Amino acid sequence: MTKRLGNNTLLFPSKPVITGFYSVVGKKEWEGPLRQWFDLTVGESHIGETSWEKAESKLMELSTNGALEMAGISKEEISVFFGGDLLNQCIATNYTLRTLATPFIGLYGACSTMAESLIAGAMCIDGGFAKNVLCATSSHFCSAERQFRFPLEYGGQRPQSSQWTVTGSGATILSENGTGVRITRAAIGKVIDAGIQDLNNMGAAMAPAACDTLCAFFEDTNTTPWNYDLIVTGDLGNIGKDLLRELLFQNGYAAQNLEDCGALIFSEDQDAHAGGSGCGCSASVLNSYLLKQLNQGKWHKILFMATGALMSPTSALQGESIPGIAHLVQLEKE
Amino acid sequence: MKKINQNEYQKMVSHLGKSPWITNVIWAFFVGGAICVIGQVIIDTAKNMGISQEDAGCIASISLIFLSGLFTGFGLFDKLAKRAGAGTLVPITGFANAVISPAMEFKTEGYVLGLGAKMFVIAGPVIVYGISSSILCGLIYFFMKGGM
Amino acid sequence: MNYLLAFVFGGFLCVIAQLLIDFTKLTPARILVSYVVAGVILTFLGLYQPLVDLFGAGATVPLTGFGNALAKGVMKGISEKGFLGVISGGMTACAAGISAAIFFGLIFSLIFSPKEK
Repeated sequence: MTKRLGNNTLLFPSKPVITGFYSVVGKKEWEGPLRQWFDLTVGESHIGETSWEKAESKLMELSTNGALEMAGISKEEISVFFGGDLLNQCIATNYTLRTLATPFIGLYGACSTMAESLIAGAMCIDGGFAKNVLCATSSHFCSAERQFRFPLEYGGQRPQSSQWTVTGSGATILSENGTGVRITRAAIGKVIDAGIQDLNNMGAAMAPAACDTLCAFFEDTNTTPWNYDLIVTGDLGNIGKDLLRELLFQNGYAAQNLEDCGALIFSEDQDAHAGGSGCGCSASVLNSYLLKQLNQGKWHKILFMATGALMSPTSALQGESIPGIAHLVQLEKE
Repeated sequence: MKKINQNEYQKMVSHLGKSPWITNVIWAFFVGGAICVIGQVIIDTAKNMGISQEDAGCIASISLIFLSGLFTGFGLFDKLAKRAGAGTLVPITGFANAVISPAMEFKTEGYVLGLGAKMFVIAGPVIVYGISSSILCGLIYFFMKGGM
Repeated sequence: MNYLLAFVFGGFLCVIAQLLIDFTKLTPARILVSYVVAGVILTFLGLYQPLVDLFGAGATVPLTGFGNALAKGVMKGISEKGFLGVISGGMTACAAGISAAIFFGLIFSLIFSPKEK
């Protein structure tokens, strides 16, 4: 049976099913518009740990445990863990795995990691290599700031185009059997660089990649935005979302049903400027707001596309532009 | 997808996310001015106590650095700076914040290689280029005065 | 009156920097470096000291004042010690500020830790 369609699209005939999902967020996210959908807040964002990196690891530990509990399986039943985060060497994920101790494949796709892990997980299940896989990512405002930008107490002004790294983590369990939302198709994104150098405008760096993946997917599947109840991007933010809509329009697609996790997660008065960002942004919104409403039947078929700005402080200082990537999965409620 | 023309895309992007520069400038003017007034008050007070002009200037710098450090420690400096922008950045308070904030931040990596080594990660360039330019200008000045 | 002068000139220097932040691609770190170097050069050209005399803290508290202190120190060092003063004068003049920043930096970071945002 062929599992490919066109150039970019993957088909999963066995339709891996999401049997467990869980989201954990920090205080600011909990105070935002999506509060009712999140499973847990950790309150103070150091979570009683001695470093921000350990705190982020704790977030992922909480989300993976929550997802395991919902799926009703033990960690020994997880065949592979696909995950990653924004920190150097993906330490938040690695340290979570110290105690979780499942077979592990580490991923780095910047903020696109949630969709990347779902695609890898779905392929693993559809290929018959696993019964259950765990896909998880996390990000933490404080650990991201100190690695990518400035010390927390440094007095700087954040430009309007800048985004706020979400403190949060989301975990999803994909299984061979069960009931729930299914992953039916996916598209692996390409690295697209539109020459954006502004470190404070990640949305602009990622929007072309998002457009590229979407257009390729529509062509391969011979569909248009109207075939889906919702198209939701990861962390383009308000600026990136507008740019994506404009780019799609230039390519002949009118997408009114476009949403963005980064634009949803904070309200305007929360001082997050262009919106949320980070792996934890799309991960926490997917594993709460999106999957819960799919389960409730609000939507039947959505496209979830996590976007990543593959930015490194080193290459940025060397004058390089910021490449973007976007991975897409099609989620269907049977 | 159609190929993106980088220049056209750059143009599209530049229309979005404009900074509220008028508010920023007003904040910068008043906060920056106020910090200088605090400096002037300290200088005048010191001079009234019979301290020389030069030493009074030193005392003002030290006091402002201390205050900036205290604000940074209590997590208030960045809240003010978020609004004031260059108003807190340009006075010596910004320099002090740039020294103290990385020292605090990287304390978790140890007192020597974290706190000690990272202290000048932001403010270092100011000292490097300040001192180097003063030496270069000094050399020119020295030889123009006829040297020796 | 000298408070008003300090306020206006100090505020003016901050406004210039704010406009540079908002309308150019210059990062704050580059602006600070330019301010210090500008302070040094203007002082050597004899243009900055009159501003200090007129505006007081309005001219010495902003970072151009740091450049001014360095340059004045070098000039003073040259008149006192000759060639050695080129090297030693600058740091001597701004020793108090730099030492204070380092020492308070150490003390405050021992006492405080960064807060969540």
